[in-house]
Amino acid sequence: MVKVYGNKATRFGFGEALVELGKKDEKIFVLGADTVSSVAINGFQKSFPERFANVGIAESNMLGMASGLALAGFVPFVATYGVFASGRPWEQIRTTICYSNLNVKIGGSHSGLMVGPDGATHQALEEIAIMRCLPKMTLLSPCDAIETKKATMAAAYFNGPVYIRYGRENIPVITEETAPFEIGKAQIMKEGQDVCIMATGTMVYESLMSAEILEKEGINAKVINIHTIKPIDEKAIIDAAKECGAIVTAEEHQIFGGFGSAVAEVVVKNMPVPMEFIGMKDSFGESGKPSELMAKFGLKDVNIVNAVKKVLSRKS
Amino acid sequence: MELGDLKIMSASVRKDILKMLELAGSGHPGGSLSSVELVVDLYFNHMRFDPKNTKDKNRDYFILSKGHVCPVLYSVLAQLECINGDELCTLRQAGSRLQGHPAADKGLPGVEVSTGSLGYGLSIGVGVAKAMKTLKQKNRVYVLMGDGEQQEGTIWEAAMAASHFKLDNLCAIVDCNGLQIDGNVSDVLNIEPIADKYKAFGWNVISLDGHDLAQIDKAYSDAKLKKDKPTVLIAKTVKGKGVSFMENIADWHGKAPSKEQMLQAISEIDASIK
Ligand SMILES: Cc1ncc(C[n+]2csc(CCOP(=O)(O)OP(=O)(O)O)c2C)c(N)n1
Ligand SMILES: [Mg+2]
Repeated sequence: MVKVYGNKATRFGFGEALVELGKKDEKIFVLGADTVSSVAINGFQKSFPERFANVGIAESNMLGMASGLALAGFVPFVATYGVFASGRPWEQIRTTICYSNLNVKIGGSHSGLMVGPDGATHQALEEIAIMRCLPKMTLLSPCDAIETKKATMAAAYFNGPVYIRYGRENIPVITEETAPFEIGKAQIMKEGQDVCIMATGTMVYESLMSAEILEKEGINAKVINIHTIKPIDEKAIIDAAKECGAIVTAEEHQIFGGFGSAVAEVVVKNMPVPMEFIGMKDSFGESGKPSELMAKFGLKDVNIVNAVKKVLSRKS
Repeated sequence: MELGDLKIMSASVRKDILKMLELAGSGHPGGSLSSVELVVDLYFNHMRFDPKNTKDKNRDYFILSKGHVCPVLYSVLAQLECINGDELCTLRQAGSRLQGHPAADKGLPGVEVSTGSLGYGLSIGVGVAKAMKTLKQKNRVYVLMGDGEQQEGTIWEAAMAASHFKLDNLCAIVDCNGLQIDGNVSDVLNIEPIADKYKAFGWNVISLDGHDLAQIDKAYSDAKLKKDKPTVLIAKTVKGKGVSFMENIADWHGKAPSKEQMLQAISEIDASIK
């Protein structure tokens, strides 16, 4: 059985980390954009109003302001829905923040299809692609609330731009408080030799579930949680490719340019093995219930199981 | 339509909005209810819009920049029999043409363009208006925005362009209900003096009560007569208008009423037109 320690939205891990950071460090400054409670930065706002600013519905300005705060020595965190945190101010992030290597941390909430009934406009499914291509950017995509808290803490003490991708819906907590978290270091969730499922964010849980189904069919899958998409843990990927000889990647994000692409870049260069990709197949999301949408767009454990069978048929 | 009929139509649209949102279990009542009269009078008395031929090349364009209030648009489209009233029940469900924010890819007649990311509608409107000028066509363009939405920088890029290009075929409407998600617009990030800002940007500005159908009707008429300048209606409204427990409450920005709340709201609206 997959060990589940509770059910909690990753946004709360982000918000709790900010409050802790605020207590420890006077340099932490938080900016919001009229979505303060929904991205869970209201705790920080309440505790440290003098180091908080709501800039209104003005995300480009928010990233520009964060740049200025970083120039003046603060460690600014901005947060809003992922589409508006990564997409609209993309060029501010590229040219002002990354090109100047400014110490700005970007919280991209409401990632993925699980945003549900608000539909495609609010379902962030492209941030991995458009953030990981940026020089100097570090991209974190934690798998549950506990890991999101650790990722946020780690981001604060890392020098340079960091994007943290998290979500709104309650999802299973599958990591423990004591589990180590290091930027750039993948975490093996389950050992196995037949195939390796590499997953990020919400799909780590689905991958563990799929490994359980596969187990019953006599297929022993290794599952790796890749919470840092950039810089990606090349060694863990190459080792797994050698050990398992076949890889399935899983992400709640577009396949093109996404997490699976990042893994493939490493695999193809170092240890080519057959791969399959689970993710959004070049389409927008739509309105609906989160679980319904995950099934409709093929992002459930059963879809991973099918991808594993497909990839195993090509394994030499 | 006569003012009395517009008032009854507005009540019907309000009831549709509440029923749709209750069924959907999520969505945005506050800003939908505040926009009702502005949208109803526009569609029933001013826009050249053929419900049976929504792609007619002589149509006026309506761009719902604040896409989250799409229930008001969907209801008006149903009232015009542009879509079937039954379809309103599918709001926000998987596979529906009535997405949580207007989706151009779902083929719903009357939805010109996908919106829901705030701050984009005015630029789109400027583009359509410029196209019509270039084509020497008479189509007019209407863009409905929120007051919180005025905080987006793109609005002001578009505002500058609209007057520069003398787009008198463009009419923007700002639904000034005073609230956004995080509270009062004046507390979150003040936009006032909003009328003076548009004036300074070269617009013809009409300030009005956004629930007074006579004032609205006159404003749309006056806008059509104005030469060489785009017009903006600065419409003072009440967020959640018509439902006592929703009026002026920020919390009703983005949550659906329960069944009981919906029924109470409907009875209040019915009473208001007796
Ligand atoms: C670019 C962008 N940022 C944030 C949001 C989230 N959001 C949806 S509605 C809203 C508040 C809108 O307030 P206002 O424009 O005043 O609309 P109204 O009061 O009429 O509902 C926000 C911030 C969004 N849809 N788009
Ligand atoms: Mg408003």
